[in-house]
Amino acid sequence: MTTAIGANARAEEHEVEAGSIASWVARFGGKAVVYGLLIAWTFIALFPIYWTLSTSLKLGKDVTQGHLIPWVDFSPSWRGWQSLGLSPDTIFATSNVREEFLKKFINSVICSIGASALAVVIGSLAAYGLSRFDYKFGPWRNKDISFFFVSQLILPPVVLALPFLVLYKELALLDTRTGLALVYTLVVLPIVIWVMRDQFDTIPSEMEQAALVDGCSIWGAFVRIVLPMALPGMVAAFILSLVLCWNEYFFASLLTGFDAQTLPVMVASQTGSHGINWWTIAALATAAITPLLLIGIFLERYIVMGLTAGAGK
Amino acid sequence: MSSARIEAAHEDVPPGRPIRGKWIFRLASTLLVVVGALQLCKATGLISIGFANWRPTMFAFVLWGVALGASQVLKYGEIGKQTLFVLPALLFTAAMVIFPTIFGLYIAFTDWNLNAQSGHHFNGIDNLRTLWADAYFWNALGNMIFYVATVIVQYAIAFGLALLLNADIRARKFFRVAFLLPFMLSPVAVSWMIGKSLTENRFGPLANFARWLGWENPAFFTDPWIARTTIISMDSWIWIPFMVILLLAGLQALPLDVKEAAKVDGANWWQTFWEITFPLMLPVSVTAIVLRAIFELKLADLVINVTAGGPGGATDTISSFVYREYRDRSNVGYATMVAEVYLILIIIFITLLLKAVSRYMQKMT
Repeated sequence: MTTAIGANARAEEHEVEAGSIASWVARFGGKAVVYGLLIAWTFIALFPIYWTLSTSLKLGKDVTQGHLIPWVDFSPSWRGWQSLGLSPDTIFATSNVREEFLKKFINSVICSIGASALAVVIGSLAAYGLSRFDYKFGPWRNKDISFFFVSQLILPPVVLALPFLVLYKELALLDTRTGLALVYTLVVLPIVIWVMRDQFDTIPSEMEQAALVDGCSIWGAFVRIVLPMALPGMVAAFILSLVLCWNEYFFASLLTGFDAQTLPVMVASQTGSHGINWWTIAALATAAITPLLLIGIFLERYIVMGLTAGAGK
Repeated sequence: MSSARIEAAHEDVPPGRPIRGKWIFRLASTLLVVVGALQLCKATGLISIGFANWRPTMFAFVLWGVALGASQVLKYGEIGKQTLFVLPALLFTAAMVIFPTIFGLYIAFTDWNLNAQSGHHFNGIDNLRTLWADAYFWNALGNMIFYVATVIVQYAIAFGLALLLNADIRARKFFRVAFLLPFMLSPVAVSWMIGKSLTENRFGPLANFARWLGWENPAFFTDPWIARTTIISMDSWIWIPFMVILLLAGLQALPLDVKEAAKVDGANWWQTFWEITFPLMLPVSVTAIVLRAIFELKLADLVINVTAGGPGGATDTISSFVYREYRDRSNVGYATMVAEVYLILIIIFITLLLKAVSRYMQKMT
């Protein structure tokens, strides 16, 4: 009997071993598929970026022969960056092109940061109000006011573009950074309010109420108690707005001409014209996308936080 | 997520303050009306004195807004302070949206052409008739339907990627960042990066790859349907990370015990997915799809910079069509009419869409 039991036990052991080998193979195979797909999409996502960067280091013949990897297929050259005035040897010399580029770069910076800052300020205030108080303007309650703000998202820029063109002409705001920044604020305000409303809704109001009982004014409570807690959300909203403003093209191309042009407009004008060297445009495109790529790499956490506000919980 | 309402503290407002508030508001309103009327008279040629442009009116409006806020606080005390939170955003949005929209409606019914010497005239519903007969408009509208319909495909791909990212893998942070990066790029840059260089017939890598697959003369933008597919592929490439992030957050928030119970019961992966994961993910999925559709309807930059609506208007979106109407023919009146009609169509579409999915969606207000 012991041998029978022993045999049974051994048989079971074998079964379990075979079973776990099968499952091990399944798991390993499954994992390989998962990693394979992940790497495939990573390639799809990153190859164009890599291509642009490497093209900016190419010469004409490298472009026409479709070489891919620097130092292996072709020897990199600074020509593209030289024509922009940004290569190591020209960076300290005077360069008209570089001045142009820097001017557009600074315009982009000012418009994006200005608009995002303004949007975060008035948006957070409004979001806080909508989260904490019960408003009643005529027949409109909080729900309607919220809807009014968030529904701006549906507005395609094209509807406002031409009226703004005429409006700005009359207000002498055409081709000014202030004018463009105001438009950008309008574009990102719904997103800021959505993100911040969610943020404030998740901060319990007990502490402010305690402060109010202690005699603090609502403004004092807001600034000293709520703001520090909402800061991550505000940073997330700010960065998200920054990304959207920096890449905006439609309004920028319609409302600016010379003084206040931003980077996308500059890149677009180069893309459209013929006879421009690939390596120059590649260098320009690389320079234009680098700031946001850096933000994407280092501040990914905040972007995810901003995008998932209210959508993942 | 409880609503965290605060009751306003009761504040006894001393009698002098409301009166001061009332007068501040009245003064600022008077100033605004006077400056505005003056400018209007000057603009229509009634009188010749006045400022050079409408800027002073704008400053008067800002002043009025400040006065409104101050008077609210003075008149109503604590409640006034509460109003003050939402007032700047409300005034800003009202000024920047309502007025231009009304003005846009006015423009839409004129024959305003910025090049025309004779100014602009009210032309009734002529613009509407032109629109009805404009083949390019209907073509662009059809394109929009196609583009928005592909959102489902984009959603499927994004869901797959989110599932991959949610799996038990190492270096998740690396993959998440890598997947996010296309979303950081401006459509204009992508227009060149992919539209003009990768797909370039002679030496673009994508063209070479297509040749390697057997397509002899790869031309991504000459055939209408291939052009549309290429454009929407580029837009998807940029925006799929957006949906991946939303869906991944949803996946990570799913309760694990339900899936564990299913596994114990012997369900395989496919069954677990379709009967548990997917239904639980419906709210997030619907939110992601609706948001993506809203952004898809705004597609313009890519089309303008890669194909300029070509070939023959095949890839046009309404936005790029309006952009060209304005840029090439300065036809502001007709272009604005197209834009307004588009806005109405979008509102109808989104309203219907939201009604249809309201059961599944999480609250957005």
